[in-house]
This record gives sequence, C-alpha cells and structure tokens, in this order.
Amino acid sequence: MTRALLSAAVMVAASPGGAYAQNPLMLGHPEDYPRADVEHGARIYAAQCDRCHGPDGRGVNGVDLGSGKFSHATTDAQLRNVIANGFPTAGMPAFTFDATDFTGVVAYLRNMNSIDRGSLKPGNAAHGQTVVETKGACLSCHRIGNKGSRKAPNLSTIGASRSAGSLERSLLDPSSQMWPINRPVHIVTKDGKVINGRRLNEDTYTVQVVDEEGRLISFEKPNLREFTISTKSTMPSYKQELSPDELSDVVTYLLSLKGQ
Amino acid sequence: MLIAALVTLVSFHLNAQTPVPPDRLLNSAKEPQNWLTYGGDYFSNRYSTLTQITPANVKSLGLAWAYQSPTSGSWETTPLVVDGIMYLTQRPNDVVALDAVTGRAFWMYRYNNVNEIGVCCGSNNRGLAILGDTLFMGTLDAHVVAIDTKSGLPLWNTKVGESKNGYSITVAPLAVKDRIIVGLGGGEFGIRGAIAALDAQTGKELWRFNAIPGPGEAGHETWEPCPPNPKTYCDSDAWTHGGGSVWVTGSYDSALNLTYWGLGNAAPDYNGDQRPGDNLYAASVVALDLDTGKLKWHYQFTPHDVYDYDSVQVPVLADITFQGAPVKALMWANRNGIFYVLDRATGKFLLGKPFAKVNWMSGFDANGRPIQTPQPPGMPTYPAIQGASNWYSPSYSPRTKLMYVSTWQEQGQLYGAVPMVYPEGGRGFGGGNNQTFVPSPDAPTKAIPGAPAIPGLRRGPINNWTDAAGHGEVLAIDPNSGEAKWRYRMTDVTDTGVLTTASDLLITGGREGYLQVLDARTGVLLWKASLGAQMVNNSITYAVNGKQYVSAIAGLTLFTFALP
Repeated sequence: MTRALLSAAVMVAASPGGAYAQNPLMLGHPEDYPRADVEHGARIYAAQCDRCHGPDGRGVNGVDLGSGKFSHATTDAQLRNVIANGFPTAGMPAFTFDATDFTGVVAYLRNMNSIDRGSLKPGNAAHGQTVVETKGACLSCHRIGNKGSRKAPNLSTIGASRSAGSLERSLLDPSSQMWPINRPVHIVTKDGKVINGRRLNEDTYTVQVVDEEGRLISFEKPNLREFTISTKSTMPSYKQELSPDELSDVVTYLLSLKGQ
Repeated sequence: MLIAALVTLVSFHLNAQTPVPPDRLLNSAKEPQNWLTYGGDYFSNRYSTLTQITPANVKSLGLAWAYQSPTSGSWETTPLVVDGIMYLTQRPNDVVALDAVTGRAFWMYRYNNVNEIGVCCGSNNRGLAILGDTLFMGTLDAHVVAIDTKSGLPLWNTKVGESKNGYSITVAPLAVKDRIIVGLGGGEFGIRGAIAALDAQTGKELWRFNAIPGPGEAGHETWEPCPPNPKTYCDSDAWTHGGGSVWVTGSYDSALNLTYWGLGNAAPDYNGDQRPGDNLYAASVVALDLDTGKLKWHYQFTPHDVYDYDSVQVPVLADITFQGAPVKALMWANRNGIFYVLDRATGKFLLGKPFAKVNWMSGFDANGRPIQTPQPPGMPTYPAIQGASNWYSPSYSPRTKLMYVSTWQEQGQLYGAVPMVYPEGGRGFGGGNNQTFVPSPDAPTKAIPGAPAIPGLRRGPINNWTDAAGHGEVLAIDPNSGEAKWRYRMTDVTDTGVLTTASDLLITGGREGYLQVLDARTGVLLWKASLGAQMVNNSITYAVNGKQYVSAIAGLTLFTFALP
C-alpha cells in the first residue's frame, strides 16, 4: 500500500476517544488503541519493521502480522517481548525501543489491517452475501465454505488476513492486487493437452499450477509446447457492475469471513 | 572370522592426518584432494584441479551421504576437508568433525555465546580456518576460539569486539603464516569496523586495522564536519559508528605479502546526509601488509554509499593477460553491479563495467571514480539492497580464463533516507530506509503485491515475487572486457557461490534448491538435483583415496555426491 494511502487511512482510523485497555486476554480491538499510538507505531513500523515484514506484514514467510494472530504472542506484553528479544536464529534482531515506541508498535500491529479502510463505508454483511451469491456471481470462480468453484482463490477465511482497503482494491482493480506468483497461465503440453489455470509456484525447470477444476499439477517445462503467463487477472473489475453500496456490503461480508 | 576382518579392513580409510603447517596452505594447489581454506586457495579462485567427475559422467552422480544440522536458519558455512576429515561449522557456533567418506561424526564442539548478541541477519557462521592441528572460528559475540582438531576441545579464546555494541564475527578466518585474520561484523548496528590479526598459538592480538579511520589516520578527512546550519540531522561523531564491517574472508598474495579484504556499507546504510564525505573505507577494498596491518592501498567502489552496497565480496586474485599485457589482477563483481579489474600490487583501476542494470552511476572519471547519478525520490535505483552480487563466492578458472559470478538481475529498489540516531554507548539498529521494493521501471512507485520490503534472507518453497522483482543468473565474465561470454538464467534469485573444476564443470545452486552442474565453457546444464531448500553457501569438492566428492548444503542438510 502506498505511503499516501497509509497516511490517509490512519487519518480516518479508530473512533474518537477509546481508552487504552490493558486486557491481558484480548486479541485486540481497534477501538481500544488511541489513534495517536497507532500513528506513532505506523511510523516506527515503516522505519524499522517494513524492511523485512513488508508494508502489509506478510513479507516474512509464514508470518502474517496483519492477521492479528502471532505464533509466539497472544497478549500485548508478549508481543512486546518478541520485539524486544527478537529471534536471532530466525534472523530477527532485538529492538531497543522506549516505552512510547513499544506502545505505538503494538497498537499499530493490532490495527494493521483495520486502519486500511479504503474509501467505502461499512455496509451490510447479509446483503453482501446475497450480492456475492447472485448478482456478483463470485462463486462461479471462488469458493466460500463448501459452495462455489475452485478456479480462483478460496475466500473462506479472507477476512482474517486482508484489510478493507485491499479487498476494495481487488474488486475495483483485480490485477493490481494479484501476487505475481498467482498469475493466470496457459499451458499446452507436448501431446496437445491444454491447461488453463493459476500459477502456484515456479522455478527454472518446473511450474506448479492449479487448473480450472482445482487439480494441482506440476509440469516439467521442457515437456511443454506452450507456456504463457498473463499479467492480467482473469477476475473482472466490479467498478461498473456494482453500486458503491453493494461494494460496501460485499467488502463487509468478506471481512466477516475469518474462519475459526 | 578372517573374511569379516578383511571386510572391516577395507571399509575404513586411514589417511596420513598430519598437521597443516603454513607451507601447506601456501601450496594448497599441490593437494587438490583437500579443501584447506575458505576460498579453496589464498587467491580465492574456488577452482579445483580434480578431474574424476567430468561433463561426460556427471549424470551418474549419486548421493554418497548426508548430514543434517540440528539448528534452523541459513546454513552459510563452507566446510574444510583435510586428509579425509571434514570440519565444518553449524549454527550458531558449533564445530563438527565428520569422516569425509561416510559423513559420520567424530566430535562436536559447541561454543556458548554471551546472551546479548547483536546480529542483524541470523546466527550465521561462514566457516573455519585451519593451521597446524588447530581450527579457528569467529563467534557471534565477537570472539575467536581455537579448537584442537583431534579432540574438539578449545585451546584459547580471544575477545575481538564488544557484543553489546553490535559487534559480531561471522566470517571464516584466514590463517596465514603464524597468524589468524578476522573482521568484525555489525554494519547494521553502527559499529566501527576493523580487521584484526591474532597470533595463532596464543590468540594475542598482533595488529588491528580500523575500517573507519579516526582522527590522525589517513582517510579520516572523508568523514567531513557537519555544515554550520544543517537542513537535516547531521552527526558530528559519524565516524565513531561509521560501519565498514567485514563478514567474508579475504585473500592473500605471498609474493606481495598483502592481504585483501572487502569492507561493508557506511552506517547508517541509507541516510548519507548525517555523514557527509566519501566515508572511507566503507564500501572499499583494502590491501594490508600481512605483517603490520598497515594499509598499502585502497579503492572505494561506492564513495558515500547510501545504497547498502557492502563491498563484502571475495577478492579474486589471478595473474592474467589483461588486454594483451600481464597483470597481477584483483577481480571483483561488486554488490553495486559493476565488475572491476584492479592491479593488486598498486590498486590501479583497470576496468569497470556493469554486469547488471545500474543507474546509481553513469560511468567513471579518468581516475576510476564513479560518477554518481542519484535517482529522484520515488524512482527506483538499480541494483537493489541485496545487490547485483553479494557475499557468496565467485570462481575464476585458469582454463577458460573466465570469472564466474552468481548475480541478481533486474532488481530495483526505492530508497528513502530517514535519520538514524545512535544511542550513547550502545547499539542502534536500522539503516534509515523506509521504502519497499519496486517492480519493473514502468511502475516505479508501486510495491509488488506479496513481496517483502527486502527479499527475505531465507525463503520458503513458494517464490512469491517471481521475476516481477528480478531473477538470478550465473555469468561467465571475460576480464578483458567485462562482458559476459555466456549467461545461465534462473527463475529465482541465487545466494549460492560458484565452484569450477579442471574438467570444466561449474557447480552452483540457488534459492530454488537445485544443485546445478553446468559446462563452464558454454553454460549448458549438464546435471541437476533438487535438494529441497535454499542454498545459501558455497559448494566444495574434495577426494579421499582417489574418489572425488562434491558437497553442497541446501536448507539444513549437507549432501555429498560421488560417482558410483
């Protein structure tokens, strides 16, 4: 996400007031962290953490800071310990922040996704589900729970790791949010078999795809007659298809899909 | 009973396990079956004259044995092999002695670091030196320990740097004559780098070269005073934490009695405004007198470095014919994307040619000083932070007369400096950049979705950012011109060094975890094996009882291959 968007998002963040709650058991609610702390933490994150963890907190394999789920911390105090001690064997150094900085970084980590609100107002999740299942025809490609197709990514837990802003961007400009590894591929094997699908992984000698039926297939590149990768997502833009209210409802519904 | 005894007799090997005096290290080319020093020899050519494995039979290579490290993280070590025994380090600071034929362990030594260690990039260790009957290892808490080869017991332990101020030693030491040479790491913590020589018998410090010169030392004037009313933060003590770290082993020329070392980034990495001046000797090569540690000459690859262009690469020495004339060359494929040929006796600049996309400079002046072209804010600089090449070893083959380098191509970076205020008497962390990676130049201000701010020093099995953020290539560079005679393109980037042999094999790896053997003459792929994890180190080849082996580490496993 660009720095301008981040600043703008922080500006419309957490509701005014909201006492800082020292609830040792909570996973964190945005309203419990003062805006000033979140903003301060965002600046520290950008200077110290972004270089490894990335702007969306997913830069390190297996770590998704925006999800609110941390493998070595549940409470704020535990989060602080992880940052203060680092993980030398994993390559994370220890950070000597003062108390204000720690407060800010933790507040920001608790709000990483929630502050990227995008431009849509909160909508109606139930109505959003209806749009997804009918007018939007999303399940003709996506799957939620046990309904839908396996052609496109499974959305059952998308609300756990994506922000409102990034979901909005996916709906309006899908190619912009597509990870390069997941680009659409068109393959024709030496014996003429045609496979269209989504790339999952690739190296110098092989490529791994999921085809339109959801089958996982690995190919050796020398055995392919054709292998083309598109930089354009096969997902259409919903800019003209859905009204702003419908978009808000869909994003609100998707945010509610957090799985377990 | 007799038959059983006979079988037992032939199932182990007993080599003459004699000590390694200085002469053996100097003449390591005479014993190609051993790997006596980090770079293969003092010229760091990483070239073996073993020829049992050839382009014709390499497809028959099979696994001879494997050994697994118990500790997770990047395993960056290069093993040594001496008379049938393999000595290697594993994270964080263990030393293990293995039988080089079977991979079975004789002993393990575990060094306990103090609690407060400062390392930016993992508990790495790149290997050992051997001299006499003693091994030498640098430690994460900036000590050097000497370990007996037979028993694995420590003999002496010398503190070289202060760990709580960010100093560490991850480099494989260099043993020459009667001394052990090491460098201090910690360039992300605002150290003042140094190279030190210790007496091999006692561990006593013999000399120290300051990578960042202090008042009265030559080069200190390149840490210029702050202007009277600086527009942004300026640090009047910048030189006290100026960087210039060392974390890759240098080379040695016995005829000139000079030892060559590459020095790391100026600190903080990206905010040059707080340290005006060229900032010697950061991002430089220094040639030091082996006996005294005095500086004979230096060449600064990236003056006033603001890109984290550590010049921490292996200095490759070779006596070559350069554009028709004999030259004692030092060849260097720098992190900044330029391939250099220097005269290693004098430091004279002979050639500088990009081997990757470069836009931080546009050329050289008559003295070999780069003409820098800083990019406007919001526009990418090439190469990116990890550089067009890095610490992993290149190789020079005297047969093909080519310099082989693992490179990253087409990777740009947005740089945005922020001030870095170092705490009194302690260590800071951070280079002062706050920008992310960028894709190809037509979309300069957008980050690649799913890509980390810097490419992870390790990666899982999925290549998230693909060639949208650069790819790896092995280049075969002709030193006469700086042009690549051939290129071997890979999908993912590579942190694996290159090894070449006299049968014209080129052995390398990559982030994809393939051990790849190419024809060194043409770059054609001869054989590969999928080892299943990133290879962040350099392979070696050795022989025992006439049988040649190739050892390569991928992930947490050391694999050793041989012909049937």
